[in-house]
Amino acid sequence: MNKSRFYCLVFVDYELFQNIFIFVTNKKMNLLYITKNVEKYIIHHSVFKPHEPGDKMIPPEFDYHAPTSVTEAIHLLSELGDDAKILAGGHSLLPMMKLRFAEPAHLIDLNRIPQLRGIKEEGGLIKIGAMTVENEILHSDLLKEKVALLPDAVRWIADPQVRNRGTIGGDIAHGDPANDHPAIAMALDATFLLQGPQGVRSVKAVDFFQGTYMTDMAANEILTEIHIAPLPQNTGCAYIKLKRKTGDWATAAAAVVLQMSQGKVTKVSIGLTNVADTAIRATQAEQLLIGKELTDEVLSQVAAAVSAVCHPADDLRGDAEYKTAMAGEMTKRALLAASAKIS
Amino acid sequence: MTKKLVSMTINGKKYEEAVEPRTLLIHFLRENLNLTGAHIGCETSHCGACTVDIDGESVKSCTHLAVQCEGSDILTVEGLAKNGVLSAVQEGFHLEHGLQCGFCTPGMLVRSYRLLQENPNPTEAEIRAGISGNLCRCTGYQNIVKAVQYAAKKLQETATA
Repeated sequence: MNKSRFYCLVFVDYELFQNIFIFVTNKKMNLLYITKNVEKYIIHHSVFKPHEPGDKMIPPEFDYHAPTSVTEAIHLLSELGDDAKILAGGHSLLPMMKLRFAEPAHLIDLNRIPQLRGIKEEGGLIKIGAMTVENEILHSDLLKEKVALLPDAVRWIADPQVRNRGTIGGDIAHGDPANDHPAIAMALDATFLLQGPQGVRSVKAVDFFQGTYMTDMAANEILTEIHIAPLPQNTGCAYIKLKRKTGDWATAAAAVVLQMSQGKVTKVSIGLTNVADTAIRATQAEQLLIGKELTDEVLSQVAAAVSAVCHPADDLRGDAEYKTAMAGEMTKRALLAASAKIS
Repeated sequence: MTKKLVSMTINGKKYEEAVEPRTLLIHFLRENLNLTGAHIGCETSHCGACTVDIDGESVKSCTHLAVQCEGSDILTVEGLAKNGVLSAVQEGFHLEHGLQCGFCTPGMLVRSYRLLQENPNPTEAEIRAGISGNLCRCTGYQNIVKAVQYAAKKLQETATA
Protein backbone atom coordinates (compact mmCIF):
# COMPACT_ATOMS: atom_id res chain seq x y z
CA MET A 1 0.00 0.00 0.00
CA ASN A 2 1.19 3.50 -0.83
CA LYS A 3 1.63 5.28 2.47
CA SER A 4 2.69 8.64 1.11
CA ARG A 5 -0.71 10.35 0.84
CA PHE A 6 -3.40 9.75 3.43
CA TYR A 7 -6.67 11.50 3.92
CA CYS A 8 -8.37 10.78 7.17
CA LEU A 9 -12.08 11.46 7.46
CA VAL A 10 -14.02 11.30 10.68
CA PHE A 11 -17.79 11.00 10.79
CA VAL A 12 -19.88 11.09 13.90
CA ASP A 13 -23.13 9.27 13.52
CA TYR A 14 -25.44 10.59 16.23
CA GLU A 15 -28.81 9.44 14.99
CA LEU A 16 -28.21 5.82 14.17
CA PHE A 17 -25.55 4.44 16.42
CA GLN A 18 -23.88 7.27 18.29
CA ASN A 19 -20.63 6.00 16.93
CA ILE A 20 -17.57 7.60 15.47
CA PHE A 21 -16.28 6.33 12.15
CA ILE A 22 -12.81 6.99 10.95
CA PHE A 23 -11.69 6.10 7.49
CA VAL A 24 -8.57 6.69 5.54
CA THR A 25 -8.34 7.17 1.82
CA ASN A 26 -5.70 8.13 -0.70
CA LYS A 27 -6.10 11.18 -2.89
CA LYS A 28 -8.28 9.28 -5.37
CA MET A 29 -10.62 8.49 -2.49
CA ASN A 30 -9.78 4.82 -2.74
CA LEU A 31 -10.69 3.37 0.59
CA LEU A 32 -7.66 2.19 2.51
CA TYR A 33 -8.95 1.74 6.02
CA ILE A 34 -12.17 2.06 7.95
CA THR A 35 -12.85 1.42 11.58
CA LYS A 36 -16.12 -0.40 11.19
CA ASN A 37 -17.65 -3.06 9.03
CA VAL A 38 -18.79 -1.99 5.60
CA GLU A 39 -22.43 -2.63 6.36
CA LYS A 40 -22.58 0.18 8.88
CA TYR A 41 -20.55 2.31 6.60
CA ILE A 42 -23.11 1.82 3.85
CA ILE A 43 -25.86 2.98 6.16
CA HIS A 44 -23.69 5.91 6.97
CA HIS A 45 -23.11 6.71 3.36
CA SER A 46 -26.83 6.99 2.78
CA VAL A 47 -27.00 9.65 5.45
CA PHE A 48 -24.50 11.83 3.65
CA LYS A 49 -25.38 11.06 0.06
CA PRO A 50 -29.00 10.03 -0.26
CA HIS A 51 -29.90 8.13 -3.38
CA GLU A 52 -32.28 9.93 -5.69
CA PRO A 53 -35.27 7.98 -6.96
CA GLY A 54 -34.25 6.28 -10.19
CA ASP A 55 -30.56 6.25 -9.28
CA LYS A 56 -28.91 3.14 -10.62
CA MET A 57 -26.14 1.44 -8.76
CA ILE A 58 -23.59 1.61 -11.53
CA PRO A 59 -19.89 1.70 -10.71
CA PRO A 60 -17.92 4.84 -11.63
CA GLU A 61 -16.12 4.86 -14.97
CA PHE A 62 -12.96 2.82 -15.35
CA ASP A 63 -10.85 1.16 -18.03
CA TYR A 64 -11.00 -2.61 -18.13
CA HIS A 65 -7.99 -4.84 -18.64
CA ALA A 66 -8.12 -8.61 -18.94
CA PRO A 67 -4.54 -9.95 -18.95
CA THR A 68 -4.03 -13.62 -19.77
CA SER A 69 -0.87 -14.19 -17.73
CA VAL A 70 0.40 -13.25 -14.28
CA THR A 71 3.40 -11.49 -15.83
CA GLU A 72 1.12 -9.34 -17.94
CA ALA A 73 -1.06 -8.56 -14.92
CA ILE A 74 1.93 -7.50 -12.82
CA HIS A 75 3.22 -5.37 -15.66
CA LEU A 76 -0.15 -3.60 -15.88
CA LEU A 77 -0.28 -3.17 -12.12
CA SER A 78 3.19 -1.59 -12.04
CA GLU A 79 2.39 0.66 -14.98
CA LEU A 80 -0.99 1.88 -13.72
CA GLY A 81 0.06 2.14 -10.08
CA ASP A 82 -2.32 3.57 -7.50
CA ASP A 83 -5.08 4.04 -10.06
CA ALA A 84 -5.53 0.33 -10.64
CA LYS A 85 -7.32 -2.34 -8.65
CA ILE A 86 -7.40 -6.07 -9.14
CA LEU A 87 -10.75 -7.68 -9.93
CA ALA A 88 -11.08 -11.25 -8.67
CA GLY A 89 -14.63 -12.51 -8.01
CA GLY A 90 -15.81 -8.92 -7.64
CA HIS A 91 -18.31 -9.60 -4.88
CA SER A 92 -16.60 -7.21 -2.47
CA LEU A 93 -15.08 -4.76 -4.94
CA LEU A 94 -18.04 -4.15 -7.27
CA PRO A 95 -20.48 -3.33 -4.43
CA MET A 96 -17.87 -0.96 -2.97
CA MET A 97 -17.49 0.70 -6.37
CA LYS A 98 -21.24 1.11 -6.76
CA LEU A 99 -21.25 3.00 -3.47
CA ARG A 100 -18.16 5.00 -4.49
CA PHE A 101 -16.10 3.64 -1.62
CA ALA A 102 -13.62 2.56 -4.26
CA GLU A 103 -13.14 4.46 -7.52
CA PRO A 104 -10.25 2.86 -9.37
CA ALA A 105 -9.52 4.29 -12.82
CA HIS A 106 -8.46 0.84 -14.02
CA LEU A 107 -9.68 -2.65 -13.23
CA ILE A 108 -7.33 -5.54 -13.90
CA ASP A 109 -9.48 -8.66 -14.21
CA LEU A 110 -7.61 -11.85 -13.27
CA ASN A 111 -10.40 -14.15 -14.46
CA ARG A 112 -8.72 -14.87 -17.80
CA ILE A 113 -5.52 -16.24 -16.26
CA PRO A 114 -5.89 -20.05 -16.15
CA GLN A 115 -2.64 -20.56 -14.20
CA LEU A 116 -4.22 -18.85 -11.19
CA ARG A 117 -6.96 -21.48 -10.92
CA GLY A 118 -7.01 -25.02 -9.63
CA ILE A 119 -6.13 -27.25 -6.71
CA LYS A 120 -3.23 -29.69 -6.84
CA GLU A 121 -0.86 -31.67 -4.65
CA GLU A 122 2.77 -31.07 -5.45
CA GLY A 123 5.98 -31.58 -3.49
CA GLY A 124 4.08 -32.65 -0.38
CA LEU A 125 1.92 -29.51 -0.35
CA ILE A 126 -1.64 -28.72 -1.31
CA LYS A 127 -1.48 -25.74 -3.68
CA ILE A 128 -4.59 -23.69 -4.37
CA GLY A 129 -4.56 -21.08 -7.12
CA ALA A 130 -5.70 -17.72 -5.79
CA MET A 131 -8.48 -17.43 -8.39
CA THR A 132 -9.99 -20.79 -7.48
CA VAL A 133 -13.67 -20.18 -6.73
CA GLU A 134 -15.35 -21.25 -3.49
CA ASN A 135 -17.54 -23.86 -5.19
CA GLU A 136 -14.47 -25.61 -6.59
CA ILE A 137 -13.06 -25.80 -3.05
CA LEU A 138 -16.42 -27.05 -1.78
CA HIS A 139 -16.44 -29.96 -4.24
CA SER A 140 -12.73 -30.81 -4.31
CA ASP A 141 -12.11 -34.48 -3.49
CA LEU A 142 -8.42 -33.73 -2.91
CA LEU A 143 -9.28 -31.14 -0.25
CA LYS A 144 -11.94 -33.36 1.35
CA GLU A 145 -9.22 -35.97 1.79
CA LYS A 146 -6.21 -33.81 2.70
CA VAL A 147 -7.48 -30.47 4.09
CA ALA A 148 -11.07 -31.21 5.10
CA LEU A 149 -11.39 -27.92 6.99
CA LEU A 150 -11.63 -25.96 3.73
CA PRO A 151 -14.59 -27.68 2.01
CA ASP A 152 -16.24 -27.94 5.42
CA ALA A 153 -15.92 -24.21 6.06
CA VAL A 154 -16.72 -22.97 2.56
CA ARG A 155 -20.31 -24.21 2.96
CA TRP A 156 -20.80 -21.28 5.32
CA ILE A 157 -19.42 -18.65 2.96
CA ALA A 158 -21.99 -16.61 1.01
CA ASP A 159 -24.49 -18.54 -1.16
CA PRO A 160 -24.38 -20.86 -4.20
CA GLN A 161 -24.29 -18.08 -6.80
CA VAL A 162 -21.68 -16.00 -5.00
CA ARG A 163 -19.55 -19.12 -4.46
CA ASN A 164 -19.42 -19.52 -8.25
CA ARG A 165 -17.59 -16.21 -8.53
CA GLY A 166 -16.00 -15.50 -5.15
CA THR A 167 -12.37 -16.66 -4.96
CA ILE A 168 -10.20 -17.79 -2.07
CA GLY A 169 -7.50 -15.30 -3.10
CA GLY A 170 -9.91 -12.38 -3.28
CA ASP A 171 -11.32 -13.27 0.12
CA ILE A 172 -7.79 -13.25 1.59
CA ALA A 173 -6.23 -10.30 -0.27
CA HIS A 174 -9.17 -7.99 0.46
CA GLY A 175 -7.98 -7.93 4.08
CA ASP A 176 -11.46 -7.80 5.55
CA PRO A 177 -11.52 -9.35 9.04
CA ALA A 178 -15.13 -10.35 8.38
CA ASN A 179 -14.06 -12.67 5.55
CA ASP A 180 -13.74 -16.32 6.50
CA HIS A 181 -10.59 -17.51 4.71
CA PRO A 182 -8.10 -15.44 6.73
CA ALA A 183 -8.89 -17.21 10.03
CA ILE A 184 -9.10 -20.58 8.28
CA ALA A 185 -5.71 -20.00 6.63
CA MET A 186 -4.24 -19.05 10.02
CA ALA A 187 -5.61 -22.20 11.65
CA LEU A 188 -4.12 -24.26 8.78
CA ASP A 189 -0.80 -22.38 9.04
CA ALA A 190 -1.08 -21.62 5.32
CA THR A 191 1.54 -19.79 3.29
CA PHE A 192 0.65 -17.19 0.66
CA LEU A 193 2.71 -16.70 -2.49
CA LEU A 194 2.92 -13.10 -3.67
CA GLN A 195 4.29 -12.29 -7.08
CA GLY A 196 5.60 -8.85 -8.04
CA PRO A 197 8.04 -7.32 -10.53
CA GLN A 198 10.94 -8.60 -8.41
CA GLY A 199 9.69 -12.18 -8.36
CA VAL A 200 7.84 -14.41 -5.93
CA ARG A 201 7.95 -14.27 -2.15
CA SER A 202 6.05 -16.20 0.48
CA VAL A 203 4.35 -14.92 3.61
CA LYS A 204 2.78 -16.94 6.43
CA ALA A 205 -0.93 -16.33 6.94
CA VAL A 206 -0.28 -15.20 10.52
CA ASP A 207 2.05 -12.45 9.26
CA PHE A 208 -0.06 -11.30 6.29
CA PHE A 209 -2.91 -9.36 7.86
CA GLN A 210 -1.99 -5.96 9.28
CA GLY A 211 -5.32 -4.25 9.84
CA THR A 212 -8.76 -3.82 8.34
CA TYR A 213 -8.19 -3.78 4.55
CA MET A 214 -4.44 -3.66 5.15
CA THR A 215 -2.17 -6.55 4.29
CA ASP A 216 1.49 -7.25 3.67
CA MET A 217 0.81 -7.30 -0.10
CA ALA A 218 2.49 -4.43 -1.97
CA ALA A 219 0.53 -2.39 -4.51
CA ASN A 220 2.35 -4.04 -7.40
CA GLU A 221 1.99 -7.60 -6.12
CA ILE A 222 -0.58 -10.28 -6.82
CA LEU A 223 -1.52 -13.14 -4.52
CA THR A 224 -0.99 -16.18 -6.73
CA GLU A 225 -1.16 -19.31 -4.58
CA ILE A 226 -2.10 -20.59 -1.17
CA HIS A 227 0.04 -23.47 0.14
CA ILE A 228 -1.15 -25.77 2.89
CA ALA A 229 0.51 -28.85 4.35
CA PRO A 230 -1.88 -31.83 4.16
CA LEU A 231 -3.37 -32.52 7.58
CA PRO A 232 -2.01 -35.68 9.22
CA GLN A 233 -4.34 -38.67 9.46
CA ASN A 234 -6.71 -38.49 12.39
CA THR A 235 -6.68 -34.70 12.59
CA GLY A 236 -10.06 -33.27 13.50
CA CYS A 237 -11.11 -29.90 12.20
CA ALA A 238 -14.17 -27.68 12.21
CA TYR A 239 -15.29 -24.18 11.33
CA ILE A 240 -18.24 -22.99 13.38
CA LYS A 241 -19.78 -19.70 12.30
CA LEU A 242 -22.57 -17.75 13.91
CA LYS A 243 -24.41 -15.67 11.34
CA ARG A 244 -27.82 -14.13 11.03
CA LYS A 245 -28.66 -15.40 7.56
CA THR A 246 -27.18 -17.01 4.46
CA GLY A 247 -24.72 -14.61 2.88
CA ASP A 248 -24.04 -12.74 6.08
CA TRP A 249 -20.63 -12.20 7.56
CA ALA A 250 -19.89 -13.92 10.84
CA THR A 251 -21.06 -12.42 14.11
CA ALA A 252 -18.15 -14.55 15.31
CA ALA A 253 -16.59 -17.72 13.95
CA ALA A 254 -13.85 -20.12 14.97
CA ALA A 255 -11.65 -22.43 12.88
CA VAL A 256 -10.08 -25.31 14.78
CA VAL A 257 -7.48 -27.88 13.71
CA LEU A 258 -7.01 -30.49 16.44
CA GLN A 259 -4.90 -33.55 17.16
CA MET A 260 -5.43 -35.71 20.22
CA SER A 261 -3.84 -38.78 21.75
CA GLN A 262 -5.59 -40.91 24.38
CA GLY A 263 -8.21 -38.25 24.89
CA LYS A 264 -5.71 -35.44 25.41
CA VAL A 265 -4.89 -32.57 23.09
CA THR A 266 -1.46 -32.92 21.47
CA LYS A 267 -1.67 -30.12 18.90
CA VAL A 268 -4.25 -27.45 18.22
CA SER A 269 -4.67 -24.23 16.29
CA ILE A 270 -7.55 -21.78 16.59
CA GLY A 271 -8.33 -18.98 14.12
CA LEU A 272 -11.04 -16.38 14.80
CA THR A 273 -13.15 -14.44 12.29
CA ASN A 274 -14.55 -10.92 12.66
CA VAL A 275 -13.69 -10.26 16.29
CA ALA A 276 -10.73 -7.89 15.81
CA ASP A 277 -9.12 -5.60 13.21
CA THR A 278 -7.82 -8.71 11.47
CA ALA A 279 -8.44 -12.42 11.72
CA ILE A 280 -6.47 -13.67 14.72
CA ARG A 281 -4.89 -16.81 16.16
CA ALA A 282 -5.89 -17.50 19.76
CA THR A 283 -2.42 -18.66 20.81
CA GLN A 284 -2.96 -18.51 24.56
CA ALA A 285 -6.06 -20.66 24.28
CA GLU A 286 -4.05 -23.09 22.13
CA GLN A 287 -1.27 -23.36 24.72
CA LEU A 288 -3.77 -23.84 27.50
CA LEU A 289 -5.26 -26.86 25.71
CA ILE A 290 -2.06 -28.87 25.27
CA GLY A 291 -2.11 -32.05 27.36
CA LYS A 292 -5.72 -31.46 28.46
CA GLU A 293 -8.95 -33.36 27.98
CA LEU A 294 -11.87 -31.38 26.59
CA THR A 295 -13.78 -31.19 29.87
CA ASP A 296 -16.37 -28.51 30.61
CA GLU A 297 -13.86 -26.81 32.89
CA VAL A 298 -11.11 -26.74 30.25
CA LEU A 299 -13.56 -25.50 27.62
CA SER A 300 -14.64 -22.66 29.90
CA GLN A 301 -10.99 -21.68 30.40
CA VAL A 302 -10.49 -21.79 26.62
CA ALA A 303 -13.54 -19.59 26.04
CA ALA A 304 -12.16 -17.07 28.55
CA ALA A 305 -8.73 -17.10 26.88
CA VAL A 306 -10.35 -16.60 23.49
CA SER A 307 -12.53 -13.76 24.73
CA ALA A 308 -9.45 -12.03 26.18
CA VAL A 309 -7.95 -11.52 22.70
CA CYS A 310 -11.15 -10.33 20.99
CA HIS A 311 -11.71 -6.66 20.21
CA PRO A 312 -14.78 -6.62 17.98
CA ALA A 313 -16.61 -3.49 16.87
CA ASP A 314 -20.25 -2.95 17.78
CA ASP A 315 -22.51 -3.22 14.78
CA LEU A 316 -25.87 -4.55 13.65
CA ARG A 317 -24.75 -8.09 14.50
CA GLY A 318 -24.35 -7.23 18.15
CA ASP A 319 -22.28 -5.28 20.61
CA ALA A 320 -18.69 -6.06 21.48
CA GLU A 321 -19.61 -7.96 24.64
CA TYR A 322 -21.96 -10.29 22.78
CA LYS A 323 -19.52 -10.92 19.95
CA THR A 324 -16.70 -11.61 22.41
CA ALA A 325 -18.86 -14.13 24.25
CA MET A 326 -19.86 -15.73 20.96
CA ALA A 327 -16.22 -16.07 19.87
CA GLY A 328 -15.64 -18.15 23.01
CA GLU A 329 -18.78 -20.18 22.40
CA MET A 330 -17.94 -20.84 18.72
CA THR A 331 -14.47 -21.98 19.76
CA LYS A 332 -15.92 -24.43 22.29
CA ARG A 333 -18.30 -25.83 19.68
CA ALA A 334 -15.55 -26.05 17.07
CA LEU A 335 -13.28 -27.93 19.50
CA LEU A 336 -16.04 -30.43 20.31
CA ALA A 337 -16.95 -30.84 16.63
CA ALA A 338 -13.28 -31.34 15.71
CA SER A 339 -12.70 -33.89 18.48
CA ALA A 340 -15.80 -35.84 17.37
CA LYS A 341 -14.11 -36.36 13.99
CA ILE A 342 -11.07 -38.03 15.59
CA SER A 343 -11.63 -41.77 15.80
CA MET B 1 -14.04 5.79 -21.16
CA THR B 2 -13.48 3.60 -24.17
CA LYS B 3 -16.27 1.22 -24.98
CA LYS B 4 -15.38 -2.42 -25.40
CA LEU B 5 -16.83 -4.73 -27.98
CA VAL B 6 -18.24 -7.87 -26.36
CA SER B 7 -19.81 -10.87 -27.98
CA MET B 8 -21.79 -13.52 -26.18
CA THR B 9 -24.52 -16.05 -26.79
CA ILE B 10 -27.75 -15.45 -24.88
CA ASN B 11 -30.53 -18.04 -25.00
CA GLY B 12 -28.94 -19.50 -28.12
CA LYS B 13 -28.72 -16.19 -29.98
CA LYS B 14 -25.44 -14.40 -30.70
CA TYR B 15 -25.07 -10.78 -29.62
CA GLU B 16 -22.25 -8.34 -30.26
CA GLU B 17 -22.38 -4.91 -28.67
CA ALA B 18 -20.06 -2.12 -27.61
CA VAL B 19 -20.42 -1.51 -23.87
CA GLU B 20 -18.88 0.75 -21.29
CA PRO B 21 -16.68 -1.39 -19.03
CA ARG B 22 -18.75 -0.33 -16.01
CA THR B 23 -21.97 -1.71 -17.48
CA LEU B 24 -23.25 -4.48 -15.24
CA LEU B 25 -24.58 -7.59 -16.93
CA ILE B 26 -28.08 -7.03 -15.52
CA HIS B 27 -28.23 -3.54 -17.04
CA PHE B 28 -26.83 -4.83 -20.33
CA LEU B 29 -29.52 -7.52 -20.51
CA ARG B 30 -32.40 -5.29 -19.52
CA GLU B 31 -31.50 -2.00 -21.19
CA ASN B 32 -29.35 -2.84 -24.20
CA LEU B 33 -31.05 -6.09 -25.19
CA ASN B 34 -34.53 -5.54 -23.70
CA LEU B 35 -34.31 -8.90 -21.93
CA THR B 36 -36.21 -7.75 -18.84
CA GLY B 37 -36.87 -11.19 -17.38
CA ALA B 38 -34.03 -11.06 -14.86
CA HIS B 39 -34.98 -8.53 -12.19
CA ILE B 40 -33.00 -5.88 -10.35
CA GLY B 41 -33.64 -6.37 -6.65
CA CYS B 42 -31.05 -5.44 -4.06
CA GLU B 43 -28.15 -4.70 -6.44
CA THR B 44 -25.78 -5.93 -3.73
CA SER B 45 -25.64 -9.66 -4.58
CA HIS B 46 -27.92 -10.68 -1.74
CA CYS B 47 -31.39 -11.26 -3.17
CA GLY B 48 -30.78 -13.37 -6.28
CA ALA B 49 -33.59 -11.82 -8.41
CA CYS B 50 -31.00 -11.09 -11.12
CA THR B 51 -29.67 -14.67 -11.27
CA VAL B 52 -28.72 -15.89 -14.73
CA ASP B 53 -26.76 -18.88 -15.95
CA ILE B 54 -23.26 -18.12 -17.29
CA ASP B 55 -21.42 -21.05 -18.88
CA GLY B 56 -23.43 -23.52 -16.83
CA GLU B 57 -23.13 -21.74 -13.49
CA SER B 58 -25.64 -19.62 -11.58
CA VAL B 59 -24.38 -16.06 -11.23
CA LYS B 60 -25.86 -12.86 -9.82
CA SER B 61 -25.79 -10.56 -12.83
CA CYS B 62 -25.91 -7.37 -10.71
CA THR B 63 -22.38 -8.13 -9.53
CA HIS B 64 -20.86 -9.11 -12.85
CA LEU B 65 -19.64 -6.83 -15.62
CA ALA B 66 -20.92 -7.30 -19.15
CA VAL B 67 -17.32 -7.09 -20.44
CA GLN B 68 -16.46 -10.13 -18.33
CA CYS B 69 -18.91 -12.18 -20.42
CA GLU B 70 -16.85 -12.06 -23.62
CA GLY B 71 -17.35 -15.43 -25.33
CA SER B 72 -19.79 -16.68 -22.68
CA ASP B 73 -22.94 -18.72 -23.13
CA ILE B 74 -25.75 -17.19 -21.08
CA LEU B 75 -29.20 -18.45 -20.21
CA THR B 76 -31.85 -16.13 -18.81
CA VAL B 77 -35.42 -16.89 -17.76
CA GLU B 78 -36.54 -16.03 -21.30
CA GLY B 79 -34.61 -19.05 -22.56
CA LEU B 80 -36.23 -21.65 -20.30
CA ALA B 81 -39.42 -22.36 -22.27
CA LYS B 82 -38.87 -24.12 -25.60
CA ASN B 83 -41.27 -23.59 -28.53
CA GLY B 84 -43.97 -22.24 -26.28
CA VAL B 85 -43.77 -25.20 -23.89
CA LEU B 86 -42.91 -24.38 -20.27
CA SER B 87 -39.82 -26.02 -18.83
CA ALA B 88 -40.24 -28.44 -15.92
CA VAL B 89 -39.35 -25.80 -13.33
CA GLN B 90 -41.77 -23.26 -14.81
CA GLU B 91 -44.53 -25.86 -14.88
CA GLY B 92 -43.72 -26.71 -11.25
CA PHE B 93 -43.92 -23.07 -10.11
CA HIS B 94 -47.22 -22.74 -11.98
CA LEU B 95 -48.88 -25.89 -10.66
CA GLU B 96 -47.53 -25.75 -7.10
CA HIS B 97 -48.19 -22.00 -6.82
CA GLY B 98 -44.50 -21.28 -6.20
CA LEU B 99 -44.99 -17.51 -6.36
CA GLN B 100 -47.13 -14.71 -5.11
CA CYS B 101 -45.91 -11.29 -6.25
CA GLY B 102 -43.52 -12.88 -8.73
CA PHE B 103 -40.60 -10.52 -8.25
CA CYS B 104 -38.12 -13.20 -7.20
CA THR B 105 -39.47 -15.76 -9.66
CA PRO B 106 -37.11 -15.23 -12.64
CA GLY B 107 -34.10 -15.73 -10.35
CA MET B 108 -35.76 -18.64 -8.56
CA LEU B 109 -36.53 -20.34 -11.88
CA VAL B 110 -33.05 -19.97 -13.37
CA ARG B 111 -31.40 -21.06 -10.12
CA SER B 112 -33.77 -24.03 -9.72
CA TYR B 113 -33.09 -25.05 -13.32
CA ARG B 114 -29.34 -25.11 -12.64
CA LEU B 115 -29.76 -26.78 -9.24
CA LEU B 116 -31.56 -29.70 -10.90
CA GLN B 117 -28.77 -29.97 -13.49
CA GLU B 118 -26.23 -30.14 -10.66
CA ASN B 119 -28.30 -32.46 -8.50
CA PRO B 120 -31.22 -34.13 -10.33
CA ASN B 121 -32.65 -35.76 -7.21
CA PRO B 122 -32.20 -33.31 -4.33
CA THR B 123 -33.56 -33.78 -0.82
CA GLU B 124 -35.67 -30.99 0.65
CA ALA B 125 -32.65 -29.79 2.62
CA GLU B 126 -30.54 -29.75 -0.55
CA ILE B 127 -33.22 -27.72 -2.36
CA ARG B 128 -33.34 -25.20 0.48
CA ALA B 129 -29.55 -24.93 0.54
CA GLY B 130 -29.47 -24.76 -3.27
CA ILE B 131 -31.82 -21.78 -3.43
CA SER B 132 -30.41 -20.10 -0.30
CA GLY B 133 -29.01 -17.27 -2.45
CA ASN B 134 -32.52 -16.32 -3.61
CA LEU B 135 -34.80 -14.36 -1.32
CA CYS B 136 -38.59 -14.52 -1.49
CA ARG B 137 -40.57 -12.20 0.76
CA CYS B 138 -44.05 -13.66 0.02
CA THR B 139 -44.23 -17.41 0.01
CA GLY B 140 -42.25 -18.60 3.00
CA TYR B 141 -40.53 -20.84 0.42
CA GLN B 142 -42.78 -23.86 1.05
CA ASN B 143 -44.43 -23.86 -2.35
CA ILE B 144 -41.16 -22.99 -4.05
CA VAL B 145 -39.62 -26.13 -2.56
CA LYS B 146 -42.67 -28.12 -3.73
CA ALA B 147 -42.30 -26.61 -7.20
CA VAL B 148 -38.66 -27.69 -7.41
CA GLN B 149 -39.61 -31.17 -6.14
CA TYR B 150 -42.30 -31.34 -8.84
CA ALA B 151 -39.75 -30.36 -11.50
CA ALA B 152 -37.20 -32.89 -10.24
CA LYS B 153 -39.79 -35.67 -10.44
CA LYS B 154 -40.96 -34.60 -13.85
CA LEU B 155 -37.42 -34.39 -15.25
CA GLN B 156 -36.60 -37.86 -13.93
CA GLU B 157 -39.79 -39.32 -15.38
CA THR B 158 -39.00 -37.72 -18.73
CA ALA B 159 -35.45 -39.06 -18.59
CA THR B 160 -36.56 -42.64 -17.88
CA ALA B 161 -39.55 -42.58 -20.24
